[in-house]
Amino acid sequence: MRINLNGSPVETTSRSLSDLVAEQGVNFSSLIVEYNYEVVKQASWNDIHIKDNDTIELLNFVGGG
Amino acid sequence: MAEDVLILGNKRFSSRLFTGTGKFASKTLIAPMLAASGSQMITVALRRVDPTADQGNILAHIPETVTLLPNTSGARTADEAVRIARIARAAGCGDFIKIEVITDMQYLMPDNHETLRATRILAKEGFVVLPYVMPDITITQQLYDAGAGAVMPLGSPIGSNRGLEMRAMIQRIIEVSKLPVVVDAGIGRPSQAADAMEMGADAVLVNTAIATSEDPCLAGKAFSLAVIAGRMAFLATLAGTRKGAAASSPLTGFLRE
Amino acid sequence: MPFTDLVKEFETIDFKDDLEAVRPGAVQKTLDRVDARTPLDRQDLLTLLSPAAKNFMEVMAQKAQQITRQYFGRTIGLYAPLYISDFCSNHCTYCGFNTSTGFKRTQLSLEEIEREAAAIFAMGIRHLLVLTGEAPDKTPLSYLTAAVKILKKYFPSIGLEMFPMDEDAYGALTAAGADSLTVYQEVYDRKIYEEVHPRGRKADYEYRLLTPERGARAGFRAVNIGTLFGLGDPMGEAFMAGVHAKYLEQTFPHVEVSLSLPRMTKAAGGIGPKNLLSDKGFVQCMLAWRLFMPRLGITISTRESGPFRDRLVHLGATRFSAGSRTDVGGYVVHTQDTTVQFEVTDTRSVAEVTRMIRESGYQPVFKDWEMF
Repeated sequence: MRINLNGSPVETTSRSLSDLVAEQGVNFSSLIVEYNYEVVKQASWNDIHIKDNDTIELLNFVGGG
Repeated sequence: MAEDVLILGNKRFSSRLFTGTGKFASKTLIAPMLAASGSQMITVALRRVDPTADQGNILAHIPETVTLLPNTSGARTADEAVRIARIARAAGCGDFIKIEVITDMQYLMPDNHETLRATRILAKEGFVVLPYVMPDITITQQLYDAGAGAVMPLGSPIGSNRGLEMRAMIQRIIEVSKLPVVVDAGIGRPSQAADAMEMGADAVLVNTAIATSEDPCLAGKAFSLAVIAGRMAFLATLAGTRKGAAASSPLTGFLRE
Repeated sequence: MPFTDLVKEFETIDFKDDLEAVRPGAVQKTLDRVDARTPLDRQDLLTLLSPAAKNFMEVMAQKAQQITRQYFGRTIGLYAPLYISDFCSNHCTYCGFNTSTGFKRTQLSLEEIEREAAAIFAMGIRHLLVLTGEAPDKTPLSYLTAAVKILKKYFPSIGLEMFPMDEDAYGALTAAGADSLTVYQEVYDRKIYEEVHPRGRKADYEYRLLTPERGARAGFRAVNIGTLFGLGDPMGEAFMAGVHAKYLEQTFPHVEVSLSLPRMTKAAGGIGPKNLLSDKGFVQCMLAWRLFMPRLGITISTRESGPFRDRLVHLGATRFSAGSRTDVGGYVVHTQDTTVQFEVTDTRSVAEVTRMIRESGYQPVFKDWEMF
C-alpha cells in the first residue's frame, strides 16, 4: 500500500499500525501516532488497519525551548 | 508574607523560573537540573520520529510534579501551531501549550499575528495558551481578549543570551498587561533574570543559558535564586507604593489648583 | 563671587517671561537628567518651577520621594520654637511683631527661659529653635549667649532665628553652643523688599542677604534660609531661594543647608492674591528644590495645616516643628495675653505628630546628633 508517512509517500506491507511502527524500527514507549489527523492511543494501534492514501505521522516529544 | 504564587490556568506555581529541555548535552541532565532549580514547568517540542536518532523518551526524564509545556516550534502558521497543540494534548501532555510560530529563520522572531490567530482557536478549545511574542502592547491586549493564559515577550533573540534588549518595551508591557508576563528567550545570566523580576515580570523562561552551561544543575540553581531575589525586591518596592496605589497620582492627586 | 553680585545678575531677569517660555519637552529633558543622575543646573530649576512642569507633578513627586529616601532615609526631624522676646524695632508690613502694632511686648528672663526649656524638653523635643524680634538693645549679645548656655543644658541642638548679626557675634553664639542659623530673606526681589521694610535695621537688603555666609564662617553647622511666600512672585522667589541655597552649599561644603516655605495666608492684610502660593505651588517648589539639591533639608512649620503636612511627609520634607507655641513664654510662663507671631494651624501635640509620622511609615528623629 501507498501511504503518506511523516510527510513522504511510502510503500508498506504492514497491515496494522503496530506492524507499521515495528517495521519502521521505532521505539514504542515514546511514540505518538497520528492517523489521518487523529491521535491514536497505543492500545488501539493493533486494531487500526492501514489503507491506501492514509496519512500517518509518527511523532515524539524531544528537547525544545 | 502571604504565599506568593503564580496562577496560570488551573495550576499554582511557587517557582517563577520556567525552564526548557532544548540544547542539553544529554537528556540525563534534565531531571537533576529540575531538582536543583525547583522549576515547576518545562518546555518540550514535538517532532517527527527519526528512526536513526536516539529513541529515548524525554518525558521519562521529567518528574510528574513538573508541568509539561509543549511548544509549537516548527509551526510556521497558526494552523500548524493549532495542529501541534492538539496532538500534544491528545498524547497526554496536558492543557498547557506554548505557541511559537516563527517565520524568521535567522533571528527566530515570532510572528505575532499568526500567534494571535492560534491563540484564539486554542483558547476556545480549553488550552492554557502561553504565546511567545515580540513585545508589543497591542498584541498583549489582543491576546488578553483572545483568552490567553499569559503573554511571553522575548527578552532578546532565542539563544542570543543578550538579556533584556527589549527592556523598555517589556517594562511597558508589564505596566499595561492584564495577563501575567513571562519573559521568554534571550536571558543569559541570572542577573538578567533578577532584573526582569525586579521590573515586575511574573516569571521568566530560561532554556539555552542553563542547558548549555558547563554545569546545568548549578546554573539552574543560580537562576532560581536570582528569580527569587528579583521577585522579593519587586514585592519590597511594591509594598511601599501600595498604600496610595489606588489613585493614579498617589502622591499629588490630593492637590487642587 | 559674593552672593550679592549673583543676585544683581538676576535682577535684570523677568522670571515670569522665562517661566512661561518653558515647554513640556524641556521639563521632560530635566526629568531625564534626574534619572541619569546628572546634577541639575539653574535652568533645570527654573524649568521645574515653570507652569509647564505642573503637568509633571506626580512624576516629580515620585522622583523626589525616591531621592529624599536615598539621602535622608525615611526620617523626619522634629523641633519646636521658643520665642524669648517679641520686642522689635522693625516695620515689616506683614508681621505680627511689627513695631507699630500695639501690644504688650514681653521678654523672658533667664529663669523663665529655663522653665520653658524644661517644658519643651518634657514634650520630647531635643532640637530647639530660639527666636527673637529685632531689638538688640533689649536682647544684647550677653543675654543671648547666656540664654543659649542655659538651653544647652537641655537641648543637644540649638538653632537661632533672630536678627542679622556680625560674624563676631555669631562666633560668640556658636561658642556658647548654638549650631544652626535660620534667617529668611523674606523677599529676594529688592524692590518689593524695600517696600515692605521701609525703615529700621531690616531695611538693609544686602546685610540681610549675606547673613547666612557670616553665620557659616562663624561656625554654624547648619543654615536654614527661605523666602516668605506672598510677598514676591512665588516661583521667581523660589528660584532665587534655590539659587541661594545652592550657592551656600557650594561655598560652605561643611554646612548643611535647608530651605523653609513660610507662606502667607489670605488673612494677612494688604497682599494681592496674585502672589499667594497655592498648595499645588507649594508642593511644586518643594519638589523642584529636592530635585535640584538632593541633600537639601526642607523644613515645614506649624503654619501649615495638619492634613497638608501629613502629605508633605511623603513629598520630601525632612524636618517638622510640632507642639509649637509662637508667643513669648507660650509653653508655661505666659499662657495668656501674649501675641503670636503667626497663627499655628497644625495644633497637634508632639505625640500626635510623631504618631502621624510613624503611621506614614517614617521614623521621627528627635536627636539627630550631639556635639561632644
